[in-house]
Amino acid sequence: MLSEKIKNTINGIRHQFPTEQALLLPLLHEIQNDQGWVSRESMKDAAEFLNLPVSKVREVASFYTMYKLEPQGKVDVQICTNISCWLNGADKLVACASKKLGVHAGETTADGKFTLSQVECLAACGTAPAMMMNEDYYENLTEESLLKLLDQAKADLDSGKVVGKSTRKDGVWP
Amino acid sequence: MKYNNEHFEEVITPNVNKPGCESIEFYIQNENGYKALEKALKMKPAEVVDEVKKSNLRGRGGAGFPTGMKWSFMPANPVDANGNPKPKYLVCNADEGEPGTFKDRLIFTKTPHRMIEGMIIAGHAIGSNKGFIYIRGEWFKEARLMKKALDDAYAKGFLGKNILGSGFNYDLVIYLGAGAYICGEETALLNSLEGKRGEPRLKPPFPAQVGAYGMPSCVNNVETFAAVPYIIDKGWEKYAKMGTERSGGTRLLGVSGHVNKPGVYELPMNLSLLDVIEVAGGVKGGKLKAVIPGGASAPMLRADECGVLTDYDSLAKAGTMAGSGGVIVMNDTVNIVEATYTLLKFYEHESCGQCSQCREGSHWLARMFKRILDGGGTQDDLDYIAKICGNMAGQTICAFADAVTGPALSSVRKFRGEFDEMIMKGGLKGVGKEESISHKMVGAHV
Ligand SMILES: Cc1cc2nc3c(=O)[nH]c(=O)nc-3n(C[C@H](O)[C@H](O)[C@H](O)COP(=O)(O)O)c2cc1C
Ligand code: SF4
Ligand code: FES
Repeated sequence: MLSEKIKNTINGIRHQFPTEQALLLPLLHEIQNDQGWVSRESMKDAAEFLNLPVSKVREVASFYTMYKLEPQGKVDVQICTNISCWLNGADKLVACASKKLGVHAGETTADGKFTLSQVECLAACGTAPAMMMNEDYYENLTEESLLKLLDQAKADLDSGKVVGKSTRKDGVWP
Repeated sequence: MKYNNEHFEEVITPNVNKPGCESIEFYIQNENGYKALEKALKMKPAEVVDEVKKSNLRGRGGAGFPTGMKWSFMPANPVDANGNPKPKYLVCNADEGEPGTFKDRLIFTKTPHRMIEGMIIAGHAIGSNKGFIYIRGEWFKEARLMKKALDDAYAKGFLGKNILGSGFNYDLVIYLGAGAYICGEETALLNSLEGKRGEPRLKPPFPAQVGAYGMPSCVNNVETFAAVPYIIDKGWEKYAKMGTERSGGTRLLGVSGHVNKPGVYELPMNLSLLDVIEVAGGVKGGKLKAVIPGGASAPMLRADECGVLTDYDSLAKAGTMAGSGGVIVMNDTVNIVEATYTLLKFYEHESCGQCSQCREGSHWLARMFKRILDGGGTQDDLDYIAKICGNMAGQTICAFADAVTGPALSSVRKFRGEFDEMIMKGGLKGVGKEESISHKMVGAHV
């Protein structure tokens, strides 16, 4: 079931678009945020809410890399390994995060807290190397600052705080 | 550095280092903000288009298409099959995803109102009452900043109904992508904006006929729009004079990689790449080896070719392109085969897969570069790389396939010796290097 909160958010922007289907990307973003992934169940809910065939929703959800078709860790650590970051030591960051978290890129820690990902250029090349944790950017990273950020994220998670969504306001799109 | 250009001044970024520069108050007080809109609304749409045409503003999204001309392609009074008027849409391409490019993000965060004002003026010029700002999905924060800027512009009456008493109505809406480089291609963007898979469309029909939601649409880059208020405010002549004969104004260059002071610099186009590197603090960690002058898709240049000027035509003459203004600098510690593989791996992942030449070609290019790195390459591979590229360029629905061949072909052509050596000595290990960790972990890419 889609939460009322999500329905309200999407209904709030309905008038801005000429078609229902235009609401699919925002809706999938909200589902991704709420659930941490986009399950088959959620796709059905989305299809029903927007009067679309489920196949259409699935076809769209699977096209975009930000919609995860499997459950993720609470914090998705996404390190850019494209050219400018690579030239500025992104490799070391991946190795460092991989060692710290005990997983390879593309994997989630056993406690379900962290997923480590390599991502493509984030348009932060002038402040390389860069990464995202969930929605937030972190730039000009060093191994030291990365380790600190990961420790902080873990501490925040353990104390029940939301990590990496510092600019999100619930109920408002985007 | 002295620019040797008496006409030059910063068009877009004069104040981006000042505190509070992103606010509407700052823009109005210190940058003559929304005065160009007032002026434009008193002009006829055709006069605005004409002004932009004469300014020689060329699109900053990568292709460098003349902006005024693009606007003039919009039909005047489109009607549907029943003779009812059709809406026209303006679309801002803020999908900034070309590796090495980060200038639009600066505009978004530091001077969003310049872009908004440019869009409203463009809307008036092409006779549109609604525009969409398509923002790459990762930019949650930037999208929220833009939303705030839009809210402020509405509150001050620069957006909405009867703007500044002119009778002109204009609305701007934000849309977020969801992580797909190809959505920067304008027709893929239009599909994505409709809530569909971001797959490029066959052209014709062009967006000016069938664009967003089937309506005539005009897509421009963030920086393109941000240049418009200046042109209207100061006049086309001033803008045109700063540039070259066929390309007006300044360019935002994002300089990254091995430079001491990476960042976005607004510069006149009569500087050479070497000058640009000097502006960005010079090469760090070694001597200059290669430069990619216009985002990952632009063919790379050797150090000895970097005396070339950075205007569109000079770069084209040098066999590369001005592209997206992302200048990626590499020093002599870089192995070109490896660096190019970093890019090819990206293209392999981002091809939308509609065209077999592109889908297969991107895959095989990445695999062949990897094989060379792993020590299994042969001289025949190098010929084969050229052959694959020949099959890709100009043969597909969109220009993505051409983009892939930029780094692939130029690396082999310009650094052939490095490929030969690696093939002879058995790959990276043979030349005394270790494999990149990020290259090892395949299947990990978002
Ligand atoms: C593969 C591909 C990716 C592109 N990515 C972008 C992009 O991220 N931003 C952008 O403004 N233009 C991008 N473009 C260019 C657009 O298709 C289009 O030409 C541009 O948005 C037009 O705006 P302009 O005339 O103001 O440059 C891309 C083109 C291709 C082929
Ligand atoms: S050229 Fe590549 S990216 Fe473009 S439409 Fe064809 S397969 Fe898709
Ligand atoms: S290459 Fe990492 S942000 Fe652009």
